[in-house]
This record gives sequence, C-alpha cells and structure tokens, in this order.
Amino acid sequence: MLKAKIFVQLKPSVLDPQGKAVTNSLSHLGYDNVVETRISKYIEISLDTRDLAAAQKQIDNICNSLLANPNTETYHFVIEEI
Amino acid sequence: MRVSVITFPGSNCDHDAYEVFARRGHQTKMIWHKDHDLENPDLVILPGGFSYGDYLRCGALARFSPIVKEIVGFAQKGGMVMGICNGFQILTETGLLPGALMMNRSLKFICKHQYLKVESANSPFTNTLTPGTILDIPIAHKEGNYYIDQLGLERLKDQDCILFRYCDSTGLVNDATNPNGALDSIAGVVNESRNVLGMMPHPERAATDSVCSQDGTRIFEAIECFVAGRA
Repeated sequence: MLKAKIFVQLKPSVLDPQGKAVTNSLSHLGYDNVVETRISKYIEISLDTRDLAAAQKQIDNICNSLLANPNTETYHFVIEEI
Repeated sequence: MRVSVITFPGSNCDHDAYEVFARRGHQTKMIWHKDHDLENPDLVILPGGFSYGDYLRCGALARFSPIVKEIVGFAQKGGMVMGICNGFQILTETGLLPGALMMNRSLKFICKHQYLKVESANSPFTNTLTPGTILDIPIAHKEGNYYIDQLGLERLKDQDCILFRYCDSTGLVNDATNPNGALDSIAGVVNESRNVLGMMPHPERAATDSVCSQDGTRIFEAIECFVAGRA
C-alpha cells in the first residue's frame, strides 16, 4: 500500500480571507509578530499498489482533474509506503 | 420557449426557477442530474443551492454528474446555458466559464437585496437592457467572491464578457458597494461565444408579484426576446 499526502494551497496572488481572520485572532491572543496566515487543504489518499512511479502519475492526475482548481490553487504531494 | 432546469443533489433553487419559467408560459422541465438527455431545450438552467454539499469546492463535484457532459456538448454547439449562484460555480468548475468563486471576504453567508449594474447589452441575456440599467436582485451565498487572474480579467474586459457588476442604487461601483469582495465588482459573466451566463444574484427570486422586486423579469424578458427573434 502507498499513501499520498497531498497539500492544496491557494496561489500567492489569491486573497485568503480565512487566513486573514486567523491572523486577526492570533493578534487578539497577543501574537503580535504573526505577519500572515494561509489556510490550505491537506488530503490523504491510500492506494492499493506498490508501483511508486504509477502512483505519482495517478495522484498528479487526480490533483489536476479534481483536488485542485488550477485557477486559484497549486498542489504538491509526497507518497509513502504504509 | 423550452427550458430545462437541472436538479443536482443539494440544489435548492430548482423549483423557484421552474416556477418562474412555467408561470411565464414556457415548456419547463425538471431534469435529474443522472439523466443523459436535456430534452431539446432552448435554455438550460443550472440553479442555486449546494450541489454535493459544497464538498471539496463549491461546484467541483457536480462537474462529474452525467448530465453535465450533455450540458457541455449543448453549450459547445451554441446552446444557451444560465448558471445562477451554485450554477455559476459549477460552470466555472466545468470550464465553461473562466475564473472561480472564492469565499466572501467577510467569511459570512450574505443574504440580501443587491443592486446590479448592467454592463453590456451584447448577450442573449441582456439584449433588451440598456447598459447602465440598475437592477435590484437578491444575493444569497458564501462563496461569491469572483476571482480571475490579471490576464483573464483583461480578456473579460476586451471581449465585453462582464455583464453585471455590483453597485448601489445610484449605480456607483466601488469597494463599498461590493458585497463580497469580487474582483472588479463582477457579479456575472458570459463566455466569449456569449451563450453561457453565470451570475451570483438570483433573478428567479425577483420575478413574481409576491416579492418586493420584480427586476429579475428584465433578464427573463431579454432571453425571451432573443429566443423569439431566433425562431
């Protein structure tokens, strides 16, 4: 079995209102040195295969076709044996 | 006019849209998302709601419903498609319209009456309206903050694809009259072939005598005029 750990992040040019709200809250908590917070998605996908190269290709396709919106998001992932 | 209203799991404005078109005397049909036949419409409506619970991203999962394949084919052949609210989100996720709908900058669900400015009459959806016309049409969304990259925005402007912008009662378009943070106050766009419209406001909620604004009818009249002229 292989597990893909996938991060889907907003492009730097896209505003992140959630991140901004969290930065404000952190400031209220006294963390005055927090300059910016960006909220991302973390997704795990387990695959019933041992073929790492094929899995890389498959996860890339999954990210492109569904998990990330290329208009607003970027993604990266690592694949581990489990 | 023949109108097909699509119902996805989680659509909740499909009956509103159906009622409006049926009351206006059109042959209106409800089409389930698992169907494979649009039943030869003049106009397809992708209604508002929360298709697939808005899981992953609003509109992202509806793209894989069987009927969407038919809608893409219909649109590519010049068929008229109108996506309202969640329907707009589905159209951007499907790639029939450029850009994306992000979370409102306030992080809040906004449900209120909103003024819109008609920016272009060059579409089947606005052909009877004069640019600058102000319409009072409700909005109800949490993810209506339109985003497109700079190149995309320039292209929308060059191709006259921005049909509606948020404004106030005097037509003023600025940050203060922008309810959700949408880029350039964009409330609705049409594709370059001008047959696919996406808009966040709900004209079907402003189209009967029982509600306080009937301005949505101006858009439906424009569509009717276009279809009648084409026949």
